[in-house]
Amino acid sequence: MMETGKPEKLIVDGRRLDGRRPDELRPLRLKAGILKRADGSAYIELGKNKILAAVYGPKEMHPRHLQQSDVAVLRCRYNMAPFSVEERKRPGPDRRSMEISKVIREALEPVLFLYLYPRAVIDVFIEILQADAGTRTAGITAASVALADAGIPMRDLVTGISAGKVDGTVVLDLMKEEDQWGEADMPIAVMPRKKRITLLQMDGNFTREEFRQALDLAFKGVDLIYEAQKEALREKYLPSLEEEK
Amino acid sequence: MKGKMKELVSSVKRDHLVELALQGKRVDGRALDQYREVSVERGVIGTAQGSALVKLGNTQVMVGVKLEKGEPFPDTPASGILVVNAELLPLASPTFEPGPPNEDAIELARVVDRAIRESQMIDLEKLCIKEGEEVWAVFIDIYVLDHDGNLIDASVLASVAALYDVKPPAVEEWTLPEFPLTKKPAAVTVVKLNGVMMVDARLEEENIAEARLTISTLENGDICAMQKGGSGFFDREELEKAYELALKCGEELRKKL
Repeated sequence: MMETGKPEKLIVDGRRLDGRRPDELRPLRLKAGILKRADGSAYIELGKNKILAAVYGPKEMHPRHLQQSDVAVLRCRYNMAPFSVEERKRPGPDRRSMEISKVIREALEPVLFLYLYPRAVIDVFIEILQADAGTRTAGITAASVALADAGIPMRDLVTGISAGKVDGTVVLDLMKEEDQWGEADMPIAVMPRKKRITLLQMDGNFTREEFRQALDLAFKGVDLIYEAQKEALREKYLPSLEEEK
Repeated sequence: MKGKMKELVSSVKRDHLVELALQGKRVDGRALDQYREVSVERGVIGTAQGSALVKLGNTQVMVGVKLEKGEPFPDTPASGILVVNAELLPLASPTFEPGPPNEDAIELARVVDRAIRESQMIDLEKLCIKEGEEVWAVFIDIYVLDHDGNLIDASVLASVAALYDVKPPAVEEWTLPEFPLTKKPAAVTVVKLNGVMMVDARLEEENIAEARLTISTLENGDICAMQKGGSGFFDREELEKAYELALKCGEELRKKL
């Protein structure tokens, strides 16, 4: 497709535009429990992405007709701040954010024991403050830390990352330019302990071999991010545990 | 029941379907890798530039394609426009309601959009009339008429069939010798029912499935789009299995075009 501003090459001598190798993540920062009012919260920076996640609940579901008699309802809202992208984004939900909210909900549901809280609701809010590709997967990474921070029982955390193809090379964790001009993007979310895939999307072009390589890379990325998630939770809760001793 | 595409299923029926699945059987006698009867009828609507009616068993989806001149998007000044919209009509199911599209309808439209767009089956650059000023816009409108499961595969098949039905001379001031189409993507949705993978789920199977995975492939076996849905998960072996099914069944679906 004819597009303006595309650099001639996105990978030069095995290095990407920001100097990374194909299998490297962007710099990652993850913190648990940074909002006071929310039951659980987390903040993630992945490259230039800045994302907040907050969890409220389990609490009584209103309006009541949305209650389910046998399980809790998980509600997810993925939302981009108007100032999070180059051109101002019109505030409020659009078709993209509605679809992403749905797939994020379906990515998180497998780790929760929703049958423990019939008639209740768990609200997950993901706010993209600054976007640079990979926001839905970074949002999932933060949201699952926020769920744990809220003290909600979980089978595992959920870890999100994207893999894709740029200049014919399979790469991990696409940045904005690579997402825009690359040949494929595959967001994926995994329950790391048992390698269960809870979100999978892809657009572009993958041969069978590239698909396999992308999965390999994604799983490697997931292991690294999983450690950072656990570390963020330890960082918040270890001091208070020490005090109790 | 959350999500209007799904309905409640009695535990007796659920147990029966699970029992069958565990034996590799299905309620209508099909194999796990077998589609219901597929029919594709093109040119069903005279007022559309292209149209098709697809039936997968009792599921019926109609697609109309309209071509209009429009302004290009600023970031792709030399490229035509593709717009995909899906309507879950209230006449198609007791659980569909009138009103603005819900998340199911939006997801359906966006999954079909990516299968078509990312396959590059439409050469959008050829649809440029004057760079930065005027291009052809292709509108794909998906009309779900009868919902008995697997709307994604039916909608992609109907959309591709309707695109191959486009008769440009019917459009005023058409600027090209022909409608520029190259490939034939096919979407195959695999559902996981109590751990058993099967294609072309009918509604009662879909209603109790843990998860679904749609893989759109091209003639050469490349993948152009994927979408997982549902509250369950897949492991890596299941992905491989789904890809095999997508290749095999995709080829069969393409033959119906």
